[in-house]
Amino acid sequence: MIEATNLTKHYGEKAAVADISFEVRPGIVTGFLGPNGSGKSTTMRLILGLDAPTSGDVRVNGKHYRDHAAPLHEVGALLEARSVHTGRSAYNHLLALAQTHGIGRRRVQEMIDLVGLHDVARKRAGQFSLGMGQRLGIATALLGDPATVMLDEPVNGLDPEGVHWIRNLLKQLAAEGRTVFVSSHLMSEMAVTADHLIVIGRGRLIADMSVEEFVQKASGTRVRVRTPQATRLRELVLGPHVSVTSTESGVIEVEGLTAEQVGEIAAEHTIVLHELTPVQASLEEAFMELTREEVEFKSVGGDLVQSEELAA
Amino acid sequence: MSSAIAPLALPRLEERSRVTQARVALSEWTKFVSLRSTRWSLGVGILLTIALPVVFAAVTGSHWAHMSAAERADRHPLDIALAGVNVAQLAIAVLGVLVISGEYSTGMIRSSLIAVPKRLPVLWAKIAVYAAVSFILTLPAVIIAFFASQAILSRHHILQISFGDPGVARSVLGGALYVTLVGIFALGIGTILRNTAGGIAAFAGIFFVIPPLMNILPTSWNNAISQYLPSEAGRQLFSLHHAAHSLSPTAGGLLMLGYCALTVTVAAVVLVRRDA
Repeated sequence: MIEATNLTKHYGEKAAVADISFEVRPGIVTGFLGPNGSGKSTTMRLILGLDAPTSGDVRVNGKHYRDHAAPLHEVGALLEARSVHTGRSAYNHLLALAQTHGIGRRRVQEMIDLVGLHDVARKRAGQFSLGMGQRLGIATALLGDPATVMLDEPVNGLDPEGVHWIRNLLKQLAAEGRTVFVSSHLMSEMAVTADHLIVIGRGRLIADMSVEEFVQKASGTRVRVRTPQATRLRELVLGPHVSVTSTESGVIEVEGLTAEQVGEIAAEHTIVLHELTPVQASLEEAFMELTREEVEFKSVGGDLVQSEELAA
Repeated sequence: MSSAIAPLALPRLEERSRVTQARVALSEWTKFVSLRSTRWSLGVGILLTIALPVVFAAVTGSHWAHMSAAERADRHPLDIALAGVNVAQLAIAVLGVLVISGEYSTGMIRSSLIAVPKRLPVLWAKIAVYAAVSFILTLPAVIIAFFASQAILSRHHILQISFGDPGVARSVLGGALYVTLVGIFALGIGTILRNTAGGIAAFAGIFFVIPPLMNILPTSWNNAISQYLPSEAGRQLFSLHHAAHSLSPTAGGLLMLGYCALTVTVAAVVLVRRDA
């Protein structure tokens, strides 16, 4: 469980995170979605106490992260930024972190096997590929068998097999009742992994809802109709809040009416329908729709570059 | 969340306990010994601590016959025995900076502070491990250097002193103590600056650049100020003879300890306050 209340972080004049409040609940995968530079990494750093908030508060499993007696059992974290000494082997890296909590060597070996780093565990981490580094980060996160797992862009650099593996792992961890909080700038990734979404843009909370709600909210009401009498139907449904588009002959897309409403109008006027389908926006479209204002604001403000710097 | 993914289950951890200072110290020990750079710098530092006095003694012995009385008077057996300390302090200082700055440059510090978010136990553990290792390795090295250089000089029947002579044992022990304090000082500097190059430059400035610069000052000022510099105060720990305008070994050692305490205190404050 992660609870953020009016969380704000300024770096100099710039607000990297501005007054966001949210709750990440156990038992489901919560996606943390936003474009690069939107404040996802900053929020995670605040959760872990690496950075102190300018104002507001964030608690993990009921306490400030810093106040936990055994923090690695509470939160397992993978940060996007490098956080391994390049001169140390994967095994010794994990061992040193394990020892702070009295976690034994057996557990270290278990984690190395779990993420498939067995063959390279004694090699210096500086020689690791991006994917291997990512696996080491995931092993670090799972080391303490934590109640909350928080991963920043975990699929970065993973091969397709690794991506598949991490998706299943996240779902499994959630099914075990853990809190799973995963950030991504890729909507497609969230679409297959997350149950719930927290969306931020430019440091501000844009949405906090289930994936279905998110898509539905952005989809509005759009209905695809296939009919030999398309022109007639078009005239009948058009109104002040209804617009109609057509991409091929005999097919129209009606925006502003539900499928039921369109069907009733068609029946009333004895128009033959070959298809009547509510159209769902993809998660990508939903995201673009919801963040459009933020993006516009960005271009007008002309400080897109600066807001990206903050995320670095 | 179907049964198809069941084999992936994260193995449970049966025994759970808390972060303690002793555990953090063990962790820092693991970090310390698992870096190749650590082993190299320490090895070179210790080797030089022994090798320099040996070479110095051999050269002095073979040239003794050709040396003027003034030159001979200038040579002191303890200076020869502890000639390596000045070089060892540089190796120990560089490594002291690296112990913490290496974590900042690689990003390891984030992992360390996530595991120990109270932060201070990490600093205490680093200091304890590094001071212990520095002292335990330097002490035998200076003792070996003393007896090795004396053995070489005795073949030429020159510059003989006994370990039991007044102040000799204290000076040899003081050499190891000085190097250890230098290591702690450097670790504090590294924590404050979080940067390897900056940390080493700051240390070199304080220990090697400022002292000779003091000669620019009027002599009375130089005499009044120089003895309180960390390098000069610390040097009294391994100086056999008490020179004019210098502190006693005890006062010098305590002042050096004070500088370490000050640096470490500032390091502790900034480590806790700053964003990592």
